[in-house]
Amino acid sequence: MAEHLQRGRFGIPSTGFQVFRHLMLGMAVIFSVAPFVLMVAISLKPPGEVFSPQFTLLPQQWHAVENYTLAFTKQPLLRFILNGLFVTACIFAAQALVALPCAYALAKLRWSGRNITFVFVLLGLLVPTQVAALPLYIGLWKLGLLDTYAAIILPSTISVFGIFLMRQYFMTVPDDLISAARLDGLGEFSIVWRIMLPSAMPALVAFGMLSLVWNWNDYFWPLLVIQTETLATPPLGVVFFNNAEAGTNYGALMAAATAVTAPLVLAFLFAQRWFIDGVTMTAVK
Amino acid sequence: MAEAALRLSAVAVAPRAGPRTGALAEAFAGWTLAAPAIVLMWLMLLGPVVAVIVLSLTDWTLGAPAFRWIGLDNYLALSKDRVFWISLQNTLAYVAFTVPLSVFGGLALAMLVESASSLRGLYRTLLFLPVTSTLIAMALVFQFAFHPTVGLVNQGFGALGLPTTDWLKNPSTALYALGVIGIWQAVGLNMVLFLAGLKSIPRDLHEAAAVDGADGAWERFHRVTWPMLGPSLLFVVTITAIRALQVFDTVQVLTDGGPNKATSVLLHQMYQEGFSFLRTAYAAALTCVFLGMVLLLTWMQTQLMEKKTHYG
Repeated sequence: MAEHLQRGRFGIPSTGFQVFRHLMLGMAVIFSVAPFVLMVAISLKPPGEVFSPQFTLLPQQWHAVENYTLAFTKQPLLRFILNGLFVTACIFAAQALVALPCAYALAKLRWSGRNITFVFVLLGLLVPTQVAALPLYIGLWKLGLLDTYAAIILPSTISVFGIFLMRQYFMTVPDDLISAARLDGLGEFSIVWRIMLPSAMPALVAFGMLSLVWNWNDYFWPLLVIQTETLATPPLGVVFFNNAEAGTNYGALMAAATAVTAPLVLAFLFAQRWFIDGVTMTAVK
Repeated sequence: MAEAALRLSAVAVAPRAGPRTGALAEAFAGWTLAAPAIVLMWLMLLGPVVAVIVLSLTDWTLGAPAFRWIGLDNYLALSKDRVFWISLQNTLAYVAFTVPLSVFGGLALAMLVESASSLRGLYRTLLFLPVTSTLIAMALVFQFAFHPTVGLVNQGFGALGLPTTDWLKNPSTALYALGVIGIWQAVGLNMVLFLAGLKSIPRDLHEAAAVDGADGAWERFHRVTWPMLGPSLLFVVTITAIRALQVFDTVQVLTDGGPNKATSVLLHQMYQEGFSFLRTAYAAALTCVFLGMVLLLTWMQTQLMEKKTHYG
């Protein structure tokens, strides 16, 4: 067993191969991490050093306090981040509330609409969200809901991906567990929340992570429906900031970019197992 | 027969007991529990898809009091629109540039990460980091890295004696500069998907291949890993291609389709037609072309998948 762990998948690696492996992966890591390093490095520098022809990692003269203060005062950056938290929390709450009962009905109940509903869920998975944008925009405009939180949240209240993922997971829950709950007098609605939900926690957490990443980072939809600065989500807020500063104050812009990127990157570092599991679940069909 | 008759009469006598009412209650519960999802799915996703197709057959513009049915005229206009052909060509060039590099890059990284145990977890974490990052914020960092005078890219290229340019403003490099950002974000995701694919290959197969005399790393890859990875590869290629077709964020914030339409892509043109020029029906036709391309890719995937399963 210990030997297996040592060996890796393709047999015992030679020393030469080990060096080659670390060299290649090290280069790949530099490529993937460099933008983050650059972002933080610039966010610490005064304007003069940002445009100096020779790049240095650390500033000669620290300007971090000024840059971050500017980032949080020149534009309502904290408001953007709170908007992001509020919107992503509302969206995931709605998605879970709608998807879990439906996933249970699709996985464990016999009813006449089951197959056709599942076919529509699968069809929904094929459609990129941008396809629905024009009619949704027109609908929200008719309802007078453009430029509100509701305009950002409503179209994302349904996640066909979430229904699909939870349905696949519920299929693996033994029927006996549900029969026993019914014998105990639980209704179908209680079974969803008191039996299925606790047993599906890993899938729900993975779903939550993906929903968070997708909705925090989404730029296309908020760009369409939000004009008022105080309603902007983090990506839209950073672009507002960029437009206002017109690319002159890179230090403060990178401070804003760091502040917007940090919550998800930190969440990932603390909960990476669930992130990676969630992504992997999308591949296992 | 008698038993069935007996059961029927039992149902007739006592309709509250027996299996039939159970089935009815179950059907009722099924519809009730699924109802919110069904309603929202049609309201927010499938209904709008039908609406966008219908809209593309009209001449409606946002705010207009009336519309006319004009059949395929919007599509006819598209076929004569120079910008549309440029956008289509750019979108396909973007896909052709980013998909092979991010798929085979992801595969190579997954195999390197899996091939030995040292630092495996650290490499996986650091290589996955771009996937969770906010693309818009990172796009602004790349904009700085591509800066013509103080950008890291030109500083590095200059030091190595390679040609330098204003990457995002040069019409012949701008699309590929955006492609680099796309690859940067896609590689880590593909690596994780391939890691899952690699883990599902039974370890015994590699050992069996070794016993059969396939002792070189290349030999084992060629005879075991590659054929076994087929379904994962097809899946990763398809989702990477679909994501590449959706390229929008970096275009909108860094080049706005320029210079001189060199980075105009389908979704960006749709955004401009629909939300800047308010040619709603025309934008709907563009959306339908985009949807058609996504569905075509999915259809190709399922066709290839079926072919694969015939080989067993």
